[in-house]
Amino acid sequence: MADSDDDDCQYRIKEGDYVVLKRGEIFKAAQIQLKKKMVFEKQWFFLDNAVGQLYSTTFEIVSGGMLQPKKLKDAEKCSETKAGTDNRNIVDDGKSQKLTRDDIEMLKEQGLQGQEIIERLIENSTTFTNKTEYAQDKYIKKKKKKYENSVMILKPTCRILAMMYLGREPGKICHLRYDTLAQMLTLANVHARSKVLVFDTCAGLVLGAVMERMGGHGFVIQMYPGGGPVRAGMESFGFPAHFHDTLYEFPICHVNALLAGTLDTSKKDSADPKPSNRNEEEEPMQPEAEQQDTAEERRSETTSTDKDSTQDPKKEEKHKDAKAEEKKMKLEEKRRKLAAAAALLEGRNADGLVIASRFHPCPVLIGLLGFLSPSRPFVVYSQYKEPLIECYTKLKERGGAVNLRLTDTWLRHYQVLPNRTHPMLTMTGGGGYLLSGTTVFTDGSKPAASQRAEEPAPKRLKLTDCEG
Amino acid sequence: MSFVEYSDFIQDGDVAIVYLSHDSMMPVKVQHGAQTQTRYGVIRHSTDLIGQRYGSKVTCSKGGWVHVLHPTPELWTVALPHRTQILYTTDIATITMMLELKPGSIVCESGTGSGSLSHAILRTIAPTGHLHTVEFHQQRAEKVAEEFREHRVSHLVTVRNQDVCKEGFGVTGVADAVFLDIPSPWEAVGHAKAAMKKHGGRVCSFSPCIEQVQRTCEALAQQGFQEISTLEVLLRVHDVRTVSLPLPDFGPEPSALPQSNAMGEAESCPVFAPNHTSVSLKATTPPREMPGHTGYLTFATKPRT
Repeated sequence: MADSDDDDCQYRIKEGDYVVLKRGEIFKAAQIQLKKKMVFEKQWFFLDNAVGQLYSTTFEIVSGGMLQPKKLKDAEKCSETKAGTDNRNIVDDGKSQKLTRDDIEMLKEQGLQGQEIIERLIENSTTFTNKTEYAQDKYIKKKKKKYENSVMILKPTCRILAMMYLGREPGKICHLRYDTLAQMLTLANVHARSKVLVFDTCAGLVLGAVMERMGGHGFVIQMYPGGGPVRAGMESFGFPAHFHDTLYEFPICHVNALLAGTLDTSKKDSADPKPSNRNEEEEPMQPEAEQQDTAEERRSETTSTDKDSTQDPKKEEKHKDAKAEEKKMKLEEKRRKLAAAAALLEGRNADGLVIASRFHPCPVLIGLLGFLSPSRPFVVYSQYKEPLIECYTKLKERGGAVNLRLTDTWLRHYQVLPNRTHPMLTMTGGGGYLLSGTTVFTDGSKPAASQRAEEPAPKRLKLTDCEG
Repeated sequence: MSFVEYSDFIQDGDVAIVYLSHDSMMPVKVQHGAQTQTRYGVIRHSTDLIGQRYGSKVTCSKGGWVHVLHPTPELWTVALPHRTQILYTTDIATITMMLELKPGSIVCESGTGSGSLSHAILRTIAPTGHLHTVEFHQQRAEKVAEEFREHRVSHLVTVRNQDVCKEGFGVTGVADAVFLDIPSPWEAVGHAKAAMKKHGGRVCSFSPCIEQVQRTCEALAQQGFQEISTLEVLLRVHDVRTVSLPLPDFGPEPSALPQSNAMGEAESCPVFAPNHTSVSLKATTPPREMPGHTGYLTFATKPRT
């Protein structure tokens, strides 16, 4: 392994990088910060030693929580062991393992590596050699999962983060399964140099996925509810700075005004900012606050207020001035962003619309569809099918869309091993539903009455009646 | 128009998708003076298409109308002329994400077949990526190369007419991802590895039969691939419709019959049907038949070598 290659530097872990930790099938997003304690899978460690190493390196956690790049194991199980053919003589008497729990704790305290502990367990298992080859394999796998203390550091990608969120916090992403997310990106034809609208209350995962597919070319406009956009999931992708230049945000509460042409984004804030508007922007944060990953700034703002109140009044005065100034700046910044996003939306020529939210999708879809050019795809995710049925019906009435499809996908994993190939015993029950379609020109006239038969063949009904 | 960039107006030389109904679409090569026959009548390109906006409604000669759509890889997949069995959007979407494709990715693919997946890959890796695709059937290779030119994506793709199992992909050490859809993928696993970047990447193999999967997984493990995982994704389409469920008649309610006091008496009473005899509601039905299997998708990661 020549580590000195020039092109290697882009694959090396740097301080401040967003990474994903992996152990077995468990993932966790993290940021490389020096001297910061990480807890992952009941173990704690520091990421300091990972800096400068290559991505996808497996590390062993050694004493003091330090990480050490794991050496490639020389031939994992070279020992040729005996194996039984069946389990007719294996009795569960609870005494097959000669090591007690205390013995194992002792071994751990002695600082034995996971691999060594597993070897001891095997040595002290009276039934191990009688087990079938397959059962032995399974036993070792199970013990490995428990005693191995290694962690892999990966570069974040949509695939990994989508799998991570589903495993760790499915509630936060409305149970959006990764294969469903994959369908969304494809059905919405997300690609570089297009202008895509995203409404995402899935922690920003969908937003990040869209941005990854755009590769920093084009425009992404995030429509957000409440006081500010949620972007924790997107941040975990660790995009380079120029990706953020393509990202715009627009509060959904101004959509009606924008559509009606009454949205005033030019208001000078040196003049008195309209109090009503101000409230509108700052007030709706309560529902969002529970989501806990809202804008960092707000959190720091509130904590500083708490501190201030305990200090003497003079200082408070000064702080107030500084804070007022800061607030003004922030408002100005917000106004600028709003104006930029409004300008992009006003053309009503977006190339794609992706909706994945915990809100009722119907008003969201109908409200945002007007921003799309004709002949552009849109896709709506919902955890439940029923609201999408309503969307489907509304769209049929409204017209302006063809190629409507209400779908979901099933995902099945397989264990593929010599003589032991079968579907995995468990699969996720539901990954949500999608409604997708393509916009078309609306002419004034209402679309012709739906050609589709509104009822399943009534004849069959009669047949089933007779059977009874 | 291009398959990797939207445009608003239909121009001479474009490929447009004529949308007749949700299960009937046809690709049309737009040419001055040309005509296209549909079941709703004829479309005259010079007047009906050129200069019109994508998404417009076009009235055909018999008075029927169609919509003309901007081509996308997904519409192309349902409209393209089959020269082989093709991959459909559900599998394509999964492959794209699990191979971690994005703008700038270098991808190797074999066989090219009818180019259904190729177009989706090109869309995703544009404007800076490249696709090296290998098709051992000469006519198919030529035909698909011609389509890439027509679709204005040929700058992003190299088509090679060779046997991937024997001669590999024609490139080494460049690919971020490799996709195999051939009868004996295990014979190409070594070539896949050689085509990939030194620092690693992702590979996918599509096979209809489990025996193929078995051999491929063995070959992948032998070549040192990691994270080997086989999965299957099935699409379910839900048909939305209004159904009405009839209500059974239990006869008049006891309260309506002043003299009756026995519980079972209602049954023997003459039946007076109430006015509303059914409830109608919106429901979805699964299609009577659906594809239950397309192929197993086997993914793996090539570690740094």
